[in-house]
Amino acid sequence: MGNPVNTGDTAWILVCCSLVLLMTPALGLFYGGMVRRKNVLSTLTMSYTFMALIGVQWVLYGYSLAFGKDIQGIIGGLNFVGFNDVGAVPNGDYAKTIPHGLFAAFQMMFAVITPALITGAFVERVKFKSFLLFSLLWATLVYDPLCHWVWGAGGWLKNLGTLDFAGGTVVHIAAGFSALAFALVIGPRKGFGKSPLEPHSIPLTVLGAGLLWVGWFGFNAGSALAANGVAVNALLTTNTSAATAGLVWMLLSWLDGRPSTLGIATGMVVGLAAVTPASGYVTPLASMVIGAVAAPLSYYAMRFRDRRGLDESLDVWACHGVASCWGMLATGLFATVAVNSDGGNGLFFGNPAQLSIQLLAILVTVVFSFGVTYVLAKLLHESIGLRVSAMEEEVGLDISSHGERSYS
Amino acid sequence: MLKKIEAIIREDKVNDVKEALSEIGIVGMNMFEIRGHGRQGGIRLAGRSGTYQVDMLPKIQINIVLSERNLEETIAAILKSAYTGEPGDGLIFVYPVEEVIRVRTRERSQDAVMYPGDIDERKGRVKGK
Repeated sequence: MGNPVNTGDTAWILVCCSLVLLMTPALGLFYGGMVRRKNVLSTLTMSYTFMALIGVQWVLYGYSLAFGKDIQGIIGGLNFVGFNDVGAVPNGDYAKTIPHGLFAAFQMMFAVITPALITGAFVERVKFKSFLLFSLLWATLVYDPLCHWVWGAGGWLKNLGTLDFAGGTVVHIAAGFSALAFALVIGPRKGFGKSPLEPHSIPLTVLGAGLLWVGWFGFNAGSALAANGVAVNALLTTNTSAATAGLVWMLLSWLDGRPSTLGIATGMVVGLAAVTPASGYVTPLASMVIGAVAAPLSYYAMRFRDRRGLDESLDVWACHGVASCWGMLATGLFATVAVNSDGGNGLFFGNPAQLSIQLLAILVTVVFSFGVTYVLAKLLHESIGLRVSAMEEEVGLDISSHGERSYS
Repeated sequence: MLKKIEAIIREDKVNDVKEALSEIGIVGMNMFEIRGHGRQGGIRLAGRSGTYQVDMLPKIQINIVLSERNLEETIAAILKSAYTGEPGDGLIFVYPVEEVIRVRTRERSQDAVMYPGDIDERKGRVKGK
């Protein structure tokens, strides 16, 4: 019955699962520092909400839709509803040496943080009720299917040979382009473009960025689903890309004035997002190129977004969407079976076809996540409304939505 | 005659000004943390990608109520200690004060703003004169 459980692998993935869980509170701090003091609790609450909401949704049906028995390459079946059959015995389709329940729990943490990333688009003005409804719908209609396409056994993008080690498409591109769509529908914050909406506590943001980096070791190295050389490589590429992007961002902001603390922290996160799909397939040196290119791409995407007057408030699109599009492409360039025999070769290792597969996966993810999010947001906007009233926005969501103050 | 000085100074000059005032015997004052800008209209701060303009900068406002006879010496001390020569050094406003009443002793006017060891006592002035 089943495969034998490897205790080393299991212990490692248990740790990684906890590390990835930590990323959601870390994201709350990262975002919470960048909003004004009247919206800190609201911003934190939105991240934390997903630990509760998806913690239930994933067990009830989310995991099954993503990883259940394949239906036409499009969606998982209902055989794992309620974590039925998801227990101590490994599932050979996904991870042969760890309990199936651990694989499902590890994946849950990805399903938790992905929609939390999107909240950066609509902080300081979203109606909490609409946010909850949107989040549940998004997890069900965007995340679960997309996760199945890319990672589920029988998923159509997986079958095409898409290389996405830890969630360039499923997590970062999906969140980034959904954020863009949502921001277009909900519109800018009051006062956007007229006066600077200053971050109220950069130390909180810097703390969040640091914890994100730590958690990302679990995210990327854990995606090896074993305590092996691929995991170690992923940890190294993750660190190298974050380090390089942090340095490059520092230089970019220095050229435009001063080496900004917020800029350096942002650059690090951008490097992490960029290397995510590539981490288990490329060498540390290649990841240096990934980080170095990701920083200016996101930096100028941010300025472009700002010049267009679009209030995608905390730049989820520029940081995660843009950086990870590049990371997916870079995977198609730099991937090599010398790093991971279960992976593939990219263009620079004699396999130009991989690049077109990566491009297709990017396009599909962009169109699907942007499209569904736009329709969902529009429907909610026209029915129950996405925004709080002008007065509630003025007072701040901490008081008007939650009846609490961050600092008394 | 009583006067009130409202001096708007740099945050980082607070200790220098306090020291200069206590040196000449100005012992009573209070201060506010305020925000504002003068002619040059604020400074640019580094943002996530590039810089942005902040027009309301933090400043300190010191309030002192004192006898008119001590006014010029006090102003001179503030001018000397708050000065850097760069834009943003601040402003000093002087107003007439109608009346001062000390709650504990019910002393009024000049007597209410005299303290042991202050600028007046050093010059040999005593209360009631």
